[in-house]
Amino acid sequence: MPTETLIWLIPLPPLLAFFLILLFTRKNNALSHTVGVAAAAISWLLGMLVFFAAVGVDHFGENPFRSAIAWLPTGDTFLNIGVMIDPLSAAVLFFVAWTVLMIFIYSIGYHNFGAPKGEHDKPGLPPHGAADHGHHVPSIEPMYARFFAFIALFAFGMFTLVVSDNLLTLFVGWEIMGLCSYLLIGFWYGKPSARDAAKKAFLTTRIGDVFMLLGIVALYSATGTLNFHEILRNENILHLLATTDSGVLGLSAAGLIGLLLFIGTVGKSAQWPLHVWLPDAMEGPTPVSAMIHAATMVSAGVYMVLRMFPLLSAGWHHGDPLTTTMTVMAFIGAFTAIFAATIAVTQNDIKRVLAYSTISQLGFMIAALGIGAYVAAAFHLVTHAFFKALLFLGSGSVIHGMEHGVLHTGDHVDPQNMFNMGGLKKKMPITFWTFLIGGLALSGFPLITSGFWSKDEILADAFANGHFTLLAVLSLAALLTAFYTMRQITLTFFGEPRTKAASHASENKLVMTGPLMVLAVFAIIAGWVGIPEHFPGIGGLLPNWFHDFVGSTLLEHPVAPDFSWVPLGISLGVALGGLGLGYLVYRKAGSEDPLRKPLGPLYTLMENKYYFDELYTKIFVQPAGVIAEKFSYWFLDRKVIDGALHWVAQNSIALGTFFRDRFEGPVISGVADWLAHSTAAIGRLLRKVQTGAVQQYLLVVALVAFGGLFYYLFSVLR
Amino acid sequence: MTAMQGVFLFAAGLILWAAFMMVTRQNLVHAAFYLILALFGVAILFVLLDAGFLAVIQVSVYIGAISIMMIFAVMLTRGDVIEEDPVNKNYGWALLLAALFAFGLIILIGQWPAVASLAGDFDSSRDLARELGVALFSPQGFVIPSEVASVLLLAALIGSLVVARRQKGK
Amino acid sequence: MIPLSWYLILAALLFCIGLYGVLARKNAVAILMSIELMLNAVNINLVAFWRYFTPQTIGGHVFAVIVFVVAAAEVAIGLALIISIYRRRKTVAADEINLMKW
Repeated sequence: MPTETLIWLIPLPPLLAFFLILLFTRKNNALSHTVGVAAAAISWLLGMLVFFAAVGVDHFGENPFRSAIAWLPTGDTFLNIGVMIDPLSAAVLFFVAWTVLMIFIYSIGYHNFGAPKGEHDKPGLPPHGAADHGHHVPSIEPMYARFFAFIALFAFGMFTLVVSDNLLTLFVGWEIMGLCSYLLIGFWYGKPSARDAAKKAFLTTRIGDVFMLLGIVALYSATGTLNFHEILRNENILHLLATTDSGVLGLSAAGLIGLLLFIGTVGKSAQWPLHVWLPDAMEGPTPVSAMIHAATMVSAGVYMVLRMFPLLSAGWHHGDPLTTTMTVMAFIGAFTAIFAATIAVTQNDIKRVLAYSTISQLGFMIAALGIGAYVAAAFHLVTHAFFKALLFLGSGSVIHGMEHGVLHTGDHVDPQNMFNMGGLKKKMPITFWTFLIGGLALSGFPLITSGFWSKDEILADAFANGHFTLLAVLSLAALLTAFYTMRQITLTFFGEPRTKAASHASENKLVMTGPLMVLAVFAIIAGWVGIPEHFPGIGGLLPNWFHDFVGSTLLEHPVAPDFSWVPLGISLGVALGGLGLGYLVYRKAGSEDPLRKPLGPLYTLMENKYYFDELYTKIFVQPAGVIAEKFSYWFLDRKVIDGALHWVAQNSIALGTFFRDRFEGPVISGVADWLAHSTAAIGRLLRKVQTGAVQQYLLVVALVAFGGLFYYLFSVLR
Repeated sequence: MTAMQGVFLFAAGLILWAAFMMVTRQNLVHAAFYLILALFGVAILFVLLDAGFLAVIQVSVYIGAISIMMIFAVMLTRGDVIEEDPVNKNYGWALLLAALFAFGLIILIGQWPAVASLAGDFDSSRDLARELGVALFSPQGFVIPSEVASVLLLAALIGSLVVARRQKGK
Repeated sequence: MIPLSWYLILAALLFCIGLYGVLARKNAVAILMSIELMLNAVNINLVAFWRYFTPQTIGGHVFAVIVFVVAAAEVAIGLALIISIYRRRKTVAADEINLMKW
């Protein structure tokens, strides 16, 4: 089979699984997860085949796998639907296939397959556990099959987005994921907080999506195509777009379209100021859907801007001052990175820390892209996907173990609060070691972990191109990252158990720890493909394959930053410093955060996420309520619309009455009656003719017939 | 005046006289007999026109069948065998119309030059009955009109049976 | 020899006598008889035209035969109707059968 055919097939198994589960196997849990995992496995296999085929092609950037068919007729032309795998999407496909498969497998364990049914469990609420031989044990998720259907549809959306060769089908996949994130966040719809979070996520991302759709439409009207290859590898189009004035804020057409598309990413990848939905999305079943959101879907936003980078940076060349669009991206990315990192330091919920960490790391990527560090951003995207998936699954494993302890001891503490944990290192060794690897990767622990190489490359790029402010901000964010990561690890795993539940937590089954181990491997080795060539000591041992491979996606191959000790020193310093500080501060922590006292009001500010939710409530939600109440309801609805309607109605009645009395009665009815009476009178007159005497009729007939005949004959023959 | 003309004038006079008597007789049985006489005169004309076969059919079908049926019908409706007044109240108009029509027709005939033509020679050895039979039933001839005519006859047969049948209970 | 006009005039007169009968006679049977007169007038014309213009063909005969057929059918139906009406109304006077009068 040609590789293009394989690419077409990649998204289909999860879609098929979605319908199969929903329509047929819903009642059977084992069959449902078998179908789901099999679909993910097939997609994974196809993805790997495509990825390794792609790696084997020379000059793959110039000759990506492409295939398209006509889809929607638009007048004389067609919108094409098609697939394309180029170096960037091959790299993304690689981690998506792996993480999706791991999530599917992990979900079996997380939702307690094989556990008894809980007596009090209801669909729409998390399982409460079941009594088993006098013990309280976890119970199976009531909507087990439904969960697999949703994540299968989610996987379909993600694969579609990755293999798509045009912005429109990318947007389709994008929106499918938006729907699925709504469904999954609100999976336990019995909880009001989950319902609210689902709505919040949907509406917030929708803001970005509207702008993105505007960008897509603008791009289509400007170029007449949405195909990546035709736009992004066509210097003429890019040059034209870069030099055309859009008439808005002095931006070029490319800049405006890029900015609109970037707003879509801001929503999807939870960048400031649309970041508020992601932490709340942790209401979803922990941590699988959370992980889907954090490690997969939010990556889609970054993937999209990476994909559109030639457009975003049209007219910019290496070494030039940044364009407006890129400056905006760099600013938002850097601000989000530091902003989310500070919030993460103060969060107690193990998942929320990771959620803010994700926002922060996505900010790193956006900032990197903003300064033109294309490869560094892509590299960080890949490594981050692996170690963040690992961390989310690890936190889920921790929570699952804690829930076990809670059920076992009947000590009803929050299983997600890190201050209820402690000492889990001995109880859950596999989870601990894998989580540690993930945490070190996130912190950028030198040399071994993948996070170090990718983060270092971003810093090196910032340094090499002279963006020192950005470098400072990102370094500080990286320091905070290392700090809160170590805080999390220390609070969770080290020291003594702070609660009875923590002391009775137990390690999970292989079906959950297996994916952790697989992802831990990638969290380490994924960085080794992109070690800079001139790195002291180990540089050049492995070729900087990632840079060449992904860099070839662009027309103008990006320049690898020259090696310098400054960013490397910063990297080493912030990573080790942050880790060390975190350990020192939290080593002896009790049930109170030791930072709360010294930081004072600042801590409260960060703990409450800078009051952004409250701010948005004040600025948008409440005014919207007021407008809805006062303006829309009282003024617009009651006064204007109802008034106009009543006015129209009353006038219609008056007009109707007038017509009935003055027109309908005398004129219409009069004419009709007159016609009827006249007809009757004529009938009365004419019926005299109907004598019933046949011969009389015949006489008349004969008279007329012969008269006509003779008239004809005499006039014609004469 | 040739013998042929004499025969024609005799037959013509017979026909017109019998027809006139037929439409004016009060007694319907008499009228039926005058009808037979008129039809017989027509048969004579057929012979004069060298259509002997048609003359035979005229005698056998009209006189032998139709007229006899008329007489039966008259007797079946015997209450009206002798009418008080044979004509209806429109008879004046009818007479006028018939007279005008006859007048018009004669004028028309008089204006046509071809009416003066005489009959050509006729091969009296021809078997006209045979030719008629072949013409009626050969596909090159009149098979379709004759089939249609037979269907018409069948329909008339069934229809008359249905119409004239005495309904039960009446 | 007999000119064609003699036959035509005879047929015309016979037709008009039949017409008068149809229009003026009361009795339905008499009306049927008058129709027979008219049909015979037509037949005379047909045969005469055949004899004078196309004696070599047989078409005139065929027409005449078909007129016979129609006459027979008409008489059969007509008499059936008359008998049926007579049974119901005890009359065959055409001007008394005025059920369709207003």
